[in-house]
Amino acid sequence: MGYTFFEKTISNKLGRKVHAGDTVVVDVDVAMATDTTAPLAIKAFRDMGGSKIAKPENTVLVLDHAVPCPNERIANLHKMIRDFSIEQGNVFYDQNAGVCHQVMLENEHVQEGFIVLGADSHTCSCGAIGALGISVGSTDLGAALLTGKTWWRVPETIQIKLKGKLNKGVYAKDVALHIISDLTSQGATGFGIEFDGEGFAAFSTEEAMTICSMATEMGAVSGVFVPAISNSDLIPDSDAKYQRTIVYDASEIVPMISNPHAVDNVKPVNEVEGKRVDMAYLGGCTNARLSDIAVAAKILRDQEVARCTRMIVCPASANVLKKAIEKGFITDLIEAGATLTAPGCGLCVGTLGGIPGDGEVVVSTTNRNYRGRMGNNKASIYLASPATVAASALYGRILDPRKVVQ
Amino acid sequence: MYGDNINTDLIISGKYTKTLDIQELAVHCMEALDPDFVTKIKNGDFVVAGHNFGCGSSREQAALALKHIGVSAVLAKSFAQVFYRNAINIGLPVIMCDTGSIRDGDALVVDLDKAEVSVNDSYIINCSRLPLIERTILNYGGLAPFLKKKGDFILDYENHIEGGKQACERRHDSRT
Ligand code: SF4
Repeated sequence: MGYTFFEKTISNKLGRKVHAGDTVVVDVDVAMATDTTAPLAIKAFRDMGGSKIAKPENTVLVLDHAVPCPNERIANLHKMIRDFSIEQGNVFYDQNAGVCHQVMLENEHVQEGFIVLGADSHTCSCGAIGALGISVGSTDLGAALLTGKTWWRVPETIQIKLKGKLNKGVYAKDVALHIISDLTSQGATGFGIEFDGEGFAAFSTEEAMTICSMATEMGAVSGVFVPAISNSDLIPDSDAKYQRTIVYDASEIVPMISNPHAVDNVKPVNEVEGKRVDMAYLGGCTNARLSDIAVAAKILRDQEVARCTRMIVCPASANVLKKAIEKGFITDLIEAGATLTAPGCGLCVGTLGGIPGDGEVVVSTTNRNYRGRMGNNKASIYLASPATVAASALYGRILDPRKVVQ
Repeated sequence: MYGDNINTDLIISGKYTKTLDIQELAVHCMEALDPDFVTKIKNGDFVVAGHNFGCGSSREQAALALKHIGVSAVLAKSFAQVFYRNAINIGLPVIMCDTGSIRDGDALVVDLDKAEVSVNDSYIINCSRLPLIERTILNYGGLAPFLKKKGDFILDYENHIEGGKQACERRHDSRT
């Protein structure tokens, strides 16, 4: 009987074979926390009697959820993280870097086969390059700061395969939403997911990050993009044991949209076409990279966002922003009437500016649309691809992007 | 006795979590689901539920609130992974077993080492055995006290057996 990626990665680290269901204590290759979770993790670390962190060079703290800082309470939390980083000599990204998951990959803190422990629920984004991302709470991260280790139950695995090719106007986000519409947001609770097949093999790393980050919204404990794995010690065996294998056909997938107030309340975009849009948001760790901004810029180039609609763009990182400026995408978007905000989590979690009003409708490229997620529980959030968001901004109404993408 | 998919918002609403005062938070425990919960629950009682207990957000406060209100363990058919992990980390035992036959008021005895739950002294439900690391963390009252004592993930083979016995006696008369 063969092994899955998750079994292999943990087995490799431990130097002994482990199986799904085994609970292990394992070395963490890199630990990450953000301005939302680092303060409590630091507190947990101190409560455990910690004074010196185990692996400063492999500990990354990122200010991203509330940057630039909006109020004095958060300013003091930011200060606490800065002071801690100076004291401990860990890797530190201040407000000028971007969303943690993007920052981690862009700056090569993650490599294939790494065990990445992140105090953020979308840590499995790093599955896009064949790393094992584990999302934890602050106590677990505090323990990793202290010991350089964590404990983990090796999960059973669901294999999700994509065959065929995507049609024009259909993107990675649509694939993720299509899967969630089928699997539901609890469909993979407790499981790891391996994304595999020739359909996924054609995806770029940026697209793979979109898919892997959405594994969290399927309930999974982690997700990995198998076509990204080059190390034969980590490639899952062909006779690995899966809880189940689900195959989707890329050519049958159409633009999809999550309706309020649940990520798995998914419909084809053309079924909700015509719904008024007050705000269009291109941002978040799921879909605000260069290729996402490129798609939106292409749709909005030499055009204007509808008068009743405002559009906000928040690039995933400063590096993405710089490249988007060089390519002229930012000019395209600003000329179309979009507002640009500082790279980071931006509007995704309702801590910063850009909060929608009562009864307003938002179409967003982010990954969660729970009631109140963007800071107002009387607003409605739809989740879609950057193309759907840009096309909807253009018309002021939800629009199937296939009508504007040539 | 609760059903499936009890989410963290039902256990403790997000609006109460912005405090470090756990007692203040704990009085709102399960409020949305069962307003009498806090008055009903007695020290050492169990909470029994169906599938996917603790789904939703990763807030550690959900497990903390249950523990602080006096719940000594949660028994469910299955747990959401992050809740499960948080519960162990803060020292709240979580036991996976077929809870279908358990009724309100049943007297339960949980033996973590034998991995079984005895119901009203009349029959036994087998539960999945907690791995050593989880039992060790629980026996120290959580991950923070465990690491404070040990300084590292050092598993303590002797202590867990004794701890298991204590756990078993302590919960002898607990009810759902
Ligand atoms: S962009 Fe949104 S989902 Fe991503 S890390 Fe930030 S708050 Fe979380």
